[in-house]
Amino acid sequence: MNVSINWLSALLDIKLDPDDVAHKLAMLGAPVEAIEPVHQNLAGIIIVEVERVEQHPNADRLTLCHVNNGTEVVEVVCGATNVQAGKKYPYAAMGTVLPGGLEIKGRKIRGIRSNGMLCSASELELGTDHEGILELDTDAPAGTPLLDALPIGDFCLHVEVTPNRPDLLCHKGVARDLGAVLRRPVKLPPIPGDPGDSHAPVQTKKSGVVGGVEVTLEDVEGCPRYLAAVIEGVTVGPSPDWLQARLRSIGQRPINNVVDATNYMLFEVNQPMHAFDRAKLRGPKIIIRRGGESETLTLLDGEERTVDSTVTAICDAEHPVAIGGVMGGRDSEVSQQTTDVVLECAYFDAKRIRATRKAMKMSTEASYRFERGTDLQGMADAIQRAVRLIIAVAGGTEAGPPVDLYPKPVKTPAIFLRPERVAHLLGVEISQKDIEGYLTSLGFAAGPKNGRLAVHVPGWRPDVAREEDLIEEIARLRGYDSFPTEMRPLRPSSVPSDMAQVTEARVRRVLTALGLNEARTLSLGPAQGKEAQAVLNPLSTEEAYLRTDLIAGLIRSAERNWAVRERNIRLFEVGSVFHAKDGGGMPVEGRHVAGVITGARRPPHWSDGGKYVDFDRWDVKSLFEEAVQAVGAHGTVLEEEGRWVLRDGNGELCGWADEVDADRPAWAARLFGFELDAVAAPKPLIRFQSLPVTPPVERDLALLLPAEVTARQVEEVVARRGGKLLESTRLFDEFRGKDMKGRSVAWRLVFRSPDRTLRDKDVDVVLRRILEELKERLGVERREA
Amino acid sequence: MSEAFPNDQLEAVARTIAELREADAVRLTQFKVELLGRKNGRLTQILRSLSTLPPDERRAVGQRANQLKREVEEAIAAREKELHTGAKSGVAADLSMPGRQVWRGAIHPVTAVIDEICEIFRELGFSRVTGPEVETEEYNFTKLNIPLDHPAADMQDTFYLSPGVLLRTHTSPVQARTMERYKPPIRIVVPGMVYRRDAFDASHSPVFAQIEGLAVDEGITFVEFKAALDYFAKRFFSPDTTVRFRPSYFPFTEPSAEVEVQCQMCKGGGCATCQYTGFLEIMGAGMVHPAVLENCGIDPERYSGYAFGMGPERITMLRYGIPDIRMLFENDMRFLQQFAE
Repeated sequence: MNVSINWLSALLDIKLDPDDVAHKLAMLGAPVEAIEPVHQNLAGIIIVEVERVEQHPNADRLTLCHVNNGTEVVEVVCGATNVQAGKKYPYAAMGTVLPGGLEIKGRKIRGIRSNGMLCSASELELGTDHEGILELDTDAPAGTPLLDALPIGDFCLHVEVTPNRPDLLCHKGVARDLGAVLRRPVKLPPIPGDPGDSHAPVQTKKSGVVGGVEVTLEDVEGCPRYLAAVIEGVTVGPSPDWLQARLRSIGQRPINNVVDATNYMLFEVNQPMHAFDRAKLRGPKIIIRRGGESETLTLLDGEERTVDSTVTAICDAEHPVAIGGVMGGRDSEVSQQTTDVVLECAYFDAKRIRATRKAMKMSTEASYRFERGTDLQGMADAIQRAVRLIIAVAGGTEAGPPVDLYPKPVKTPAIFLRPERVAHLLGVEISQKDIEGYLTSLGFAAGPKNGRLAVHVPGWRPDVAREEDLIEEIARLRGYDSFPTEMRPLRPSSVPSDMAQVTEARVRRVLTALGLNEARTLSLGPAQGKEAQAVLNPLSTEEAYLRTDLIAGLIRSAERNWAVRERNIRLFEVGSVFHAKDGGGMPVEGRHVAGVITGARRPPHWSDGGKYVDFDRWDVKSLFEEAVQAVGAHGTVLEEEGRWVLRDGNGELCGWADEVDADRPAWAARLFGFELDAVAAPKPLIRFQSLPVTPPVERDLALLLPAEVTARQVEEVVARRGGKLLESTRLFDEFRGKDMKGRSVAWRLVFRSPDRTLRDKDVDVVLRRILEELKERLGVERREA
Repeated sequence: MSEAFPNDQLEAVARTIAELREADAVRLTQFKVELLGRKNGRLTQILRSLSTLPPDERRAVGQRANQLKREVEEAIAAREKELHTGAKSGVAADLSMPGRQVWRGAIHPVTAVIDEICEIFRELGFSRVTGPEVETEEYNFTKLNIPLDHPAADMQDTFYLSPGVLLRTHTSPVQARTMERYKPPIRIVVPGMVYRRDAFDASHSPVFAQIEGLAVDEGITFVEFKAALDYFAKRFFSPDTTVRFRPSYFPFTEPSAEVEVQCQMCKGGGCATCQYTGFLEIMGAGMVHPAVLENCGIDPERYSGYAFGMGPERITMLRYGIPDIRMLFENDMRFLQQFAE
């Protein structure tokens, strides 16, 4: 909402400083995003009176003006032809900087020194006319700063208005809040040329006649109240300067005096109004009803719209002429030829307007306000002021009292406020007198009743509906900063912390310790298989589905790193994944951890002699195993179809590790990845094991494995037959010879007894057992040196 | 082999150790083969021949041979190292050369900020919980006092998955889920990802993190609400940070507030970051709206509370001076690596 400081000043009858207003509004809940100076760059321009105009002696097309600047008469060379003696013009003295940035310097033009410059409208950014000098119609004496004489110097505040405060969408509302802290009453400023009086509207139920127009309200649900006035004999033309300046100061373009008057009312009291040309209304009738079958209307914006039964339509005897609360129709708009105006001042149902506005995909100043709620009780005053304003700026006379169709007058019940409730919620005692003071300064009517305050809410505050809303008003006006900050003793929360958060923190710790950087990728992306859950209203096809895994995003991140020539990439992510359910409904949501690695296994060191080793599949295997352990998943990492997998108790896949495909430049190393369900499993408690006091016996076991036998099979036998004495098994070598049928794999076995020193023959017995079974079951034999 | 007896042979090997300690690289390689070679190394041969010796001699020779083998190996390794680092080459080892490094991984700065925020609230008795990212209109809007046909619902443009099912636009639904499940006193912080239908640009992402907070108990007042968030801001930023509370509007709080801290860039003097106001918004907050308590089965006459929500990405950007939110999702190694501890 754009707010003019001049307009606010007029409402509060006090001079206001824009920075101070911005601060006060922010602390009232309506922060100012920007303060835009309006014509403040004209501060150096003064008003001068031209005393004499003569021909420039050396140039046919130039004149020499003798200009009274209030203190002396100076000579100014001028190129325009419209300057006349005895009239007043804006003047830029030497040294003045014009809005365009041009600095005025004394210089000779065709041999005659020109002291300053008379300015055109375009040079002052006051209009587009650059042909003639701007003639001023003012009583201000020569020497008066231009901004003091004309009401154009202003500041426009861009106020951020929250959706609960429709009253702040107009100057009166902003002034009201500001006045409450400035302790100033708000009064609508006088209208220049005000005819002085107008007819009070005549309230009826569903129909009435004004100025020969029969007005009928059928759609009471969509339009609970409808007022109409008729002004006859207007002259449509440009608005007077003061009105144009008001509208321009808040970024509105003046259109014509009648339309400008309705816009002025909208920005002054937040009452959208619409003016129809009476001559264009068939009947002449106005019927407020729902749209009908195959009805259409061409709006002011030139678009033809369907007006169906969901829409509150303003119609003449035959067709819709406006979409109520949204926009008027092109054919009935006020034009240069209009002489008689029908003025509409209505209240439209917020939900209906919202539905219509959404269906038509358009938002107007009017719909924006009706959707948030206008002042149902201020309409009679608003239409009377509007009538006077139109007569003041466009002439004409009012054709009798306006009609006010209000079939079911709304009476808002009082809200009861308990002073002790105020203290209970705010933590500070506030006297009843102060409470009353705060509320009445905002226009609430408050009076004691049975130990409580009965508060009547004014029509412009539809957001205030219960006791707490009033308490917020009290806190707001008292100032949030005026409340102390004081801690109370705390009672512990009854809510336990989430296990998953603990697990995920552990996974992050482990993986960063292993050298991986945590990544965050978007959970929206392109489709990933038929399990992907689609978004109904995506921003783009690139972000139209929820991800089903994390690896795809990490591979894209790796590719992005390659694109900036980074060869060493180590990333992991912990995040949510989603799987659509067959037949729709809520998708299944899970947490995963995934990682990718590529490039050097360690940072290259000079002692490596320029050779460095890249990550290979064995790195990703151990990384995967570390992640499995960190997550606390049960089960063993197994090999399956050339990759590693983890399956849960039901055999469901819950993790894998492998080399992954990517769009890899030639210089990049292979990319390996893994992904795993991050189930929130509590880590089993670690049990302390006594440290051994007896010496170990180590034996190396080099075995010849036939091609189809795996190390895992061998280790299972070793573990089983090794019995209690076998402390640990470590595979430390593999050798594949050209002539060998299988391969040779070597383990170091450590034997130990907790209570005695083992002798060689104790170990030999165990080894023999192991070797026997290895040979028998797997055909594995010891390799001779 | 010149010496006939194993003991003499061993002593001959022992004598070469002194020579070995001074050998150059070529000689050292020769020594290795000569003494430890797999086939004809002198020590290898002695060890291999142990079985031919009488049992009493076998034990003694075996022990001595194994001991010598260790000594030789150590001496060779030490000399190799010396030669490599130039310790005795006449040029002293250059200790300014870089040490051997390992890769260090970093927690993402946004995660680090989330953890830090949650830790501070833990000091105030808040437990850390999570909730689903796919939500219903009921939990995302209705229970939080946001009517779907009111402009307040437009404050958050929503991604829908099916009618009534959406990607949560804030972490606030977890408020309702928690209040329905647990009885006061409730104190929770809820970190999580949320979704808004905003195009990706320098300051918007369609997916971003949020931390929700909720405290509900008997006798919680506006004063305590201010105190808790003031405590947080001073702990997170610095003890001398000025904290400002401004009235605002959220459908699920009443009174509502925007919490601002003195701009960290200009210390309140006014700069581009704070749009010359001297203050930066860090969260929306307020006293829990009684309608929300009622919707979740909590008696607003007996209990009151406060709630808040903040954006860890924005706070991360402010804290580290990161100009573009997209950098937080690009996962550039050069970016992430800067946050390694």
